[in-house]
Amino acid sequence: MYQHTKLSNNSFGFFQKLRNFDYILLACILLLGTISLTTMYSTDGGNILFHTKSHFVKLVIFTIMMLIFSFINIKFWFSIGYLSYLIVIALLIWTYFFGIKSSGSQRWMDLHFINLQPSELMKICIILCLAKYFHRMKLENVNSIYTILTSLIVILLPMGLVIVQPDLGTSLLIAISGIAVIWFAGINHKYFIYTMIGFLISLPFIISFLKPYQKLRILTFLNPDRDPLGAGYQIIQSKIAVGSGGIFGKGFLKGTQSYLEFLPEKHTDFIFTLFSEEFGFIGSATLLIIYAIIIYRIISIGISSRSYFAKIFCYSFGAAIFVYITINMSMVLGLLPIVGSPLPIMSYGGSSMLATMIGFGVVMSAKVHSQQAIA
Amino acid sequence: MINSSTDSVKKLNLINRRMFITGSLKFFIMVGLISRLFFLQVKENKKYLTLSDKNRIREWKLAPVRGEITDYFGNVIAGNFEAYQLHIIPEQVEDFRYVIYRVKDLLEMTDKEFDKVLKKKNEIKPWETLIVSDNLSWKKFSKVNNHLYDLNGVKPVISISRNYPFKENFTHIVGYVSQANENDIKNSEIIKKNFVPGLKVGKVGIEKSFEDKLIGTNDIERYEVNAYGRRINQLEFQKGEQGKNLKLTIDTEVQKLTGELLKDKAGSICVMDIYTGSIIAMHSSPSFDPNLFVFGISQDDWQLIRNNPMKPLVNKTLQGSYSPGSTIKPIVALSALENGIINTNFTVNCRGHEHPLELYGQSYHCWKKEGHGFMNLRNAMKQSCDTYFYEVARKLGVDKLSETAKKFGLGKEVFGDLFNIEKKGLIPNTLWKKNALGQSWLLGETIITGIGQGYIQTTPIQLCLMTAQIGNGGYKIYPKIVVDDDKNVSQVDKFIPLYEDSNNIKIVQDAMYASTNEVRGTSYRSRIDDPKYQFAGKTGTAQVKKITKKDRELDLKTFEIPYKERDHALYVAYGPYKNPRYALSILVEHGGNGSTTAAPMAKRLFKKVIDRDLLRKSISEKKYLEI
Repeated sequence: MYQHTKLSNNSFGFFQKLRNFDYILLACILLLGTISLTTMYSTDGGNILFHTKSHFVKLVIFTIMMLIFSFINIKFWFSIGYLSYLIVIALLIWTYFFGIKSSGSQRWMDLHFINLQPSELMKICIILCLAKYFHRMKLENVNSIYTILTSLIVILLPMGLVIVQPDLGTSLLIAISGIAVIWFAGINHKYFIYTMIGFLISLPFIISFLKPYQKLRILTFLNPDRDPLGAGYQIIQSKIAVGSGGIFGKGFLKGTQSYLEFLPEKHTDFIFTLFSEEFGFIGSATLLIIYAIIIYRIISIGISSRSYFAKIFCYSFGAAIFVYITINMSMVLGLLPIVGSPLPIMSYGGSSMLATMIGFGVVMSAKVHSQQAIA
Repeated sequence: MINSSTDSVKKLNLINRRMFITGSLKFFIMVGLISRLFFLQVKENKKYLTLSDKNRIREWKLAPVRGEITDYFGNVIAGNFEAYQLHIIPEQVEDFRYVIYRVKDLLEMTDKEFDKVLKKKNEIKPWETLIVSDNLSWKKFSKVNNHLYDLNGVKPVISISRNYPFKENFTHIVGYVSQANENDIKNSEIIKKNFVPGLKVGKVGIEKSFEDKLIGTNDIERYEVNAYGRRINQLEFQKGEQGKNLKLTIDTEVQKLTGELLKDKAGSICVMDIYTGSIIAMHSSPSFDPNLFVFGISQDDWQLIRNNPMKPLVNKTLQGSYSPGSTIKPIVALSALENGIINTNFTVNCRGHEHPLELYGQSYHCWKKEGHGFMNLRNAMKQSCDTYFYEVARKLGVDKLSETAKKFGLGKEVFGDLFNIEKKGLIPNTLWKKNALGQSWLLGETIITGIGQGYIQTTPIQLCLMTAQIGNGGYKIYPKIVVDDDKNVSQVDKFIPLYEDSNNIKIVQDAMYASTNEVRGTSYRSRIDDPKYQFAGKTGTAQVKKITKKDRELDLKTFEIPYKERDHALYVAYGPYKNPRYALSILVEHGGNGSTTAAPMAKRLFKKVIDRDLLRKSISEKKYLEI
């Protein structure tokens, strides 16, 4: 009751908000940004070239954006939950027809100052949308057929739109974001188990639907030495780079594997490989710990949040970020087949960073407005 | 919030529970990732470090620098020179077509050469070196250098290559080098070890026989390369060793003279030290310029050499098997003396073509129409009376003759396995004929063997060795061509006497002396009276075809007979007679007559060789002083 009166006036002063900031999270994000810039500088061969400059500009703009988002009331994020989802769906449809084609897939839309990849934004928007959907739902309704069907459609629609681009990796990540929300919303765990069993049974059929290059990736993952110069090349070279880093690494700007161009995709998906080669086990473990702290902070913000929406968003976003990191690292370390998935913040790529920063913004907003209830 | 129903509490409990489950899962996965990192980076670090180095470090071997071959006096016979080459790295050239056409103009390349270069370019990677020209003249090289501003990416390079300054003079001794082919690599361990593309190896002669010594070791360059194999920077340079130098026993001056003497003739001359066995000169004519082969011989040059009727590719000294003709007579005489068949007083009456030696319906003529009359050993040798030697051979028998001939080095390789091309020749005996031809030996065959015709075949180097061993008093020697050659077989029987009675050798020597230095001797006209140069020799004229009755009646002069049917002219000699040191053998293919064609060459040779004897001695004495 006391709290109610205090919060009902809905007035948060600027300094009050500043005091509520999660500085540990902010510090970790900034530290990660610095590390990513340093690594990007190394991928450019120790020169400030296109990638470094572009990454720097994006990092600055999106960090400022994140800070601004933090000051926006969590209620606002709640209110645009459905809208943002619909907008991104529209963007995906637009991309399907008018997007920019590049290396065999049509993922980008030309916004002149940036080539936006709507599928990356969907990773966040699907969480916002589903979190809002489950916010007010009664527990007994959560497991109703109607709810399950609705949330499945919400997940499958963007997945389908992304698969046709084609971009299997991102569509899987979108699905994982959505599934995380459903999981936290409380859908009976039996459904997850049934789905898992169903998935395993249908796996052979799914594989038969995969594109030849995707099948090849799976085969290659199972045995990289099958074709060391062809499909297995990326995994093998990546493992060599990481492994040769040793405890302390080869030293900044001294990663021979990346310098001599043995590493593929070193700006984007394989950026961790380069970092790991140059900074060794100590560096890589530190990076992982930074990520762990970020995820821990996101979850604790969720715990301390008053509103169910904020909780569900934080938990799901934390889980999603964790999955992105795990998938990327497992791929680079040869634990998973190669799927195109960037490492949050570290990898070069505007859309991915934009989506992640929006997520951080919303989480920070949840922290700043942790005592805010949503009607 | 006021109606915080049980539902809301339940919901919160559920989400918190699930958060906790997810959280623990995350923790374990995170630990998993870190242990994977630990496994790769700490435990397996060595393995991946090696793989990474294997990725980035690549070795380039450079062709080793070959050892030089010098003559006895240190003149370089096979040396190294700086070849001017033109290299292009295609990827460093902005406009390859323009540059290559510009180079074509500057070097005045023919279309054929140009096509070859373009073909080569297509076979290599764009960052590999394209050798446009491997041996440019200085003029063209400087021309290209003057136009370099216009030729981006073209590199004038100076590289080390083989050179034979005396051209055709030493070809049949030294041989030549050329690009190594698959067989060379397969057959030689050391070539395999040192192989680099463009490596030149010995193909024949000393260059081939002493490949292991001459080849040297590679320079090794270690480069860091990128994923596409492009060199990024040099990590290490390991200097190779130049091959060992070889010193031959040859005297270039004498060798040059032999070339001069045999100019435009087909034949062979070899000169040997009768005590050490050192070859002073060894020439087979015609010869060819070995430099043509170093960078790959052109088709035209090759056809010219191959189709030459005088067969320049055949080393006549070692490979040419000829009937020795009358040059075998000293051995026949020696054999008969040794076996006690004859003594110096044994006399045969040579009665000319009217009364030839008749045997089983065959008649055997002396070369002299009028006949020589009563001949003893000394006179028969002096005038090369065939009838005398028919009779001696008949009495001696071919088996005893072949025994002596083999003792003196006929019928087997003189240099052992030093030159794989060397022929054995053939010293026939009854057993040989039975085994090889399945027929019995005929007496008539013995008779013609006595004058070096019939089955008997010798190489010029064998005749030289035979003469040397007569000249040195009948002691066995091992000919050698490389100073300090440790390759030769054991020489335990070196200098053992080859005679039963040294008097017999002296008799033969005296007869040879007479042949050269006394009136009516067959080489009397080529004698040198000065005792310093005075030599003793034996002429020979080997028939190429059987002389028919008609030929005998016609009695044509040499120049009237077709080239191919003319007799081979031979001459063997040693000198100086009083204090012998050198032996030689001369063979002129289809030269007509030993005494008119071959013997005069010996006169010039002995003058030269003996004039240089002191100089040669001074070198060998100096050698001992240095030790």
